[in-house]
Amino acid sequence: MANAPKAHANPPFWRDERVLRLLAQVAFGAAVLIFGYFLIQNMVNGLRQQGTTLGIGFLQNTAGFDLAETLNNYTRSSPYFHAFLAGLYNTLLVSAIGIVLSTILGIILGVARLSSNVLVRGLATAYLELMRNLSLLVFLIFWYLGVFLKLPLVKDAVIWPGDIILTNRGIGIPWGIPTETWPAFKLFLFGGLALAILIIVAFHFQGKRTGKAPLAIVWAPLAFAAVAAAGWFLQPSAPLSLDLPAVQGLNIRGGRIFTPEFMALVSGLVLYTAAFIGEVVRAGIQAVSKGQVEAARAIGLTSFQTLRLVVFPQALQVIIPPLTSQYLNLTKNSSLAIAVGYPDLFYVSNTILNQSGRAVEMITLVMLTYLMFSLITSIFMNWYNARVRLVER
Amino acid sequence: MTKKLYPVLGLLLATAVLLAACGGSPAPATGEAPVVEQPTAAPAEIIFTTPSGYGVTLEAVQSRGNLICGVNSQVPGFGYVDADGNFSGVDVDYCRALAAAIFGDATAVEFRPVTAAERFTALQSGEIDVLSRNTTWSTLRDTELGGNFVHTTFYDGQGLMVREDSGITDIAGLDGGTICVQTGTTTELNLADVFAAAGVSYTPAVFEDADGTFAAYAEGRCDAVTTDKSGLVSRRTVLADPDAHVILDVTMSKEPLGPMVRHGDDQWFDIAQWTVFALISAEEFGVTSANVDSMMTSSNPEVLRMLGAEGELGAALGLSADWAYNVISQVGNYEEVYNRSLGPDTPTYIPRGLNSLYTEGGLLYAPPFR
Repeated sequence: MANAPKAHANPPFWRDERVLRLLAQVAFGAAVLIFGYFLIQNMVNGLRQQGTTLGIGFLQNTAGFDLAETLNNYTRSSPYFHAFLAGLYNTLLVSAIGIVLSTILGIILGVARLSSNVLVRGLATAYLELMRNLSLLVFLIFWYLGVFLKLPLVKDAVIWPGDIILTNRGIGIPWGIPTETWPAFKLFLFGGLALAILIIVAFHFQGKRTGKAPLAIVWAPLAFAAVAAAGWFLQPSAPLSLDLPAVQGLNIRGGRIFTPEFMALVSGLVLYTAAFIGEVVRAGIQAVSKGQVEAARAIGLTSFQTLRLVVFPQALQVIIPPLTSQYLNLTKNSSLAIAVGYPDLFYVSNTILNQSGRAVEMITLVMLTYLMFSLITSIFMNWYNARVRLVER
Repeated sequence: MTKKLYPVLGLLLATAVLLAACGGSPAPATGEAPVVEQPTAAPAEIIFTTPSGYGVTLEAVQSRGNLICGVNSQVPGFGYVDADGNFSGVDVDYCRALAAAIFGDATAVEFRPVTAAERFTALQSGEIDVLSRNTTWSTLRDTELGGNFVHTTFYDGQGLMVREDSGITDIAGLDGGTICVQTGTTTELNLADVFAAAGVSYTPAVFEDADGTFAAYAEGRCDAVTTDKSGLVSRRTVLADPDAHVILDVTMSKEPLGPMVRHGDDQWFDIAQWTVFALISAEEFGVTSANVDSMMTSSNPEVLRMLGAEGELGAALGLSADWAYNVISQVGNYEEVYNRSLGPDTPTYIPRGLNSLYTEGGLLYAPPFR
């Protein structure tokens, strides 16, 4: 662009750089649109020749197949849409559990890698190197065929202390079954939760005002536990009755049973992603300049206080963006569930696709759903990142 | 950062709207005449090397001196060739029976292994005289592909395989159990249907491919694995300990397998069909390869008519009078053929089930020899 106004008339438009740039962009945009239109038209024509049209009405048709584990009341006579939802919930479940566990394990690994203890540091390093250089698919199949399916058969079930049953049909743990006093007890749980949130908020503001506040992470759960315990003993009878898993017929029943497919998928995803999160955490901690730590120690903070009050808040800004991509990776990698037979979103959609022959619709639906997951996670993590960003004055 | 996502969200929304619009729109504009060009021309273009007509196939076979039979060479129990080049299986033995009926010599047959893809072309083009290769009888194959199914020689169907030591013998025994199945197949749907109809609860363990399905079954993940019985049989032979697994006497879908001949030669069709009936009737009347000589003086007139000791039924088919005698003495009756390849003493054991005589609750039923 012309840097300074010139005395003579503007050049003709075909030599005006601004016009040319605009034209180039319009041309490019038009080319993209035409290409997209061509692709869609081609697809619609292809489908028409097969005698089908696009549409998602088929999702109302009866599915006809059974699914092993669902969080909704799906049966074989439910519509395809319910099967899709069952897969969606399973993916959300695996992702949520995976994100929580891999974050905890990742932080431990990241800190361990910086430990002054040679053994701890060496083990953490070895673990990270091993995991980061494995293929996740191979790792998942290893956990499935090599670990969880190698557990004893149902008839030789191993029972661990605490009534945990180990078989290759699943791992059963004792679980509570709600009794008639459960609804009343639930109110206490909500009350406890509200109190815990109140404590976190109050301590946060007190910390801002005085610079000294009790640890919310300790007191909030304690308050919740106290309210819950009070609620439990105030009920005429226990709100939950203990249900123990036991071998019954061909399978194990009762308690809460985690299938080998679920266990293999979660273990594989958590152990794999934790390695990457560990590296992210290590990088974040190392990004905090040494002077900050030395200064913190100089004013008499303990090493735990240094980590909590000085290092971590600064490390977080470095950690959050790559951590977000790890969370997204974990969610997207959960589609490898198909390799170990866990009915997640992709697996169920694949079955629907095969049974209904609606390839374009199902794949589009699956892509849109994963995109939604990723965008929602991104928006949340970006919001959180903006919050913890160092306010530079 | 968040703002950067808005265009993406917008695009997403646009795609969703577009998809919904596509879905909402009714059938394509009729003016464009979306004519579907199906490749219907293929069967019409088939040129038979022998002119079609009554009796030409038998004539060609007899002048050649042997029967050319299209078989499978990879499915133990049905059509299989061993390391020495010997063919075996129920489909293979049918070819021998047909050769015995025509020539009085069960060895006057040339086996030609054909793949699943080329089998119908081989039959249409006259490269083989008869196709006996675990082929499921279905409408399109019986019409558009230019062939006629002779008769069902093996009622296959979806089956269930369990560990022998589990003691499970029927669907009810699988109540509460887990069943391995392959995803996206009719097998998966049949499984759900049959168990729902029987009121038996089960948990499916569904896998992407056959290897994964059987690997999980082998590890004991499931109480049973389900696919077509012939598939179960051949899969069982490659399990670590094949004898530890049994295929239940349960059939969950219809897969009628049988030989197929070309359209256009009714005499050849009759010969092929009555060879099957001879095998079935022989079992029904208790005629075996061991006692067929003494049966030539049986008190049952139908046995006498079948074996050619009485009447002229052979001539009606264009064959010698002792055609059925030759079939039974050289190949055996249906039971002998079955037990040779699929019986309890073979590695590919399948309980008779539907393939029993109608007198024993099965489906095997031959018209009278009269």
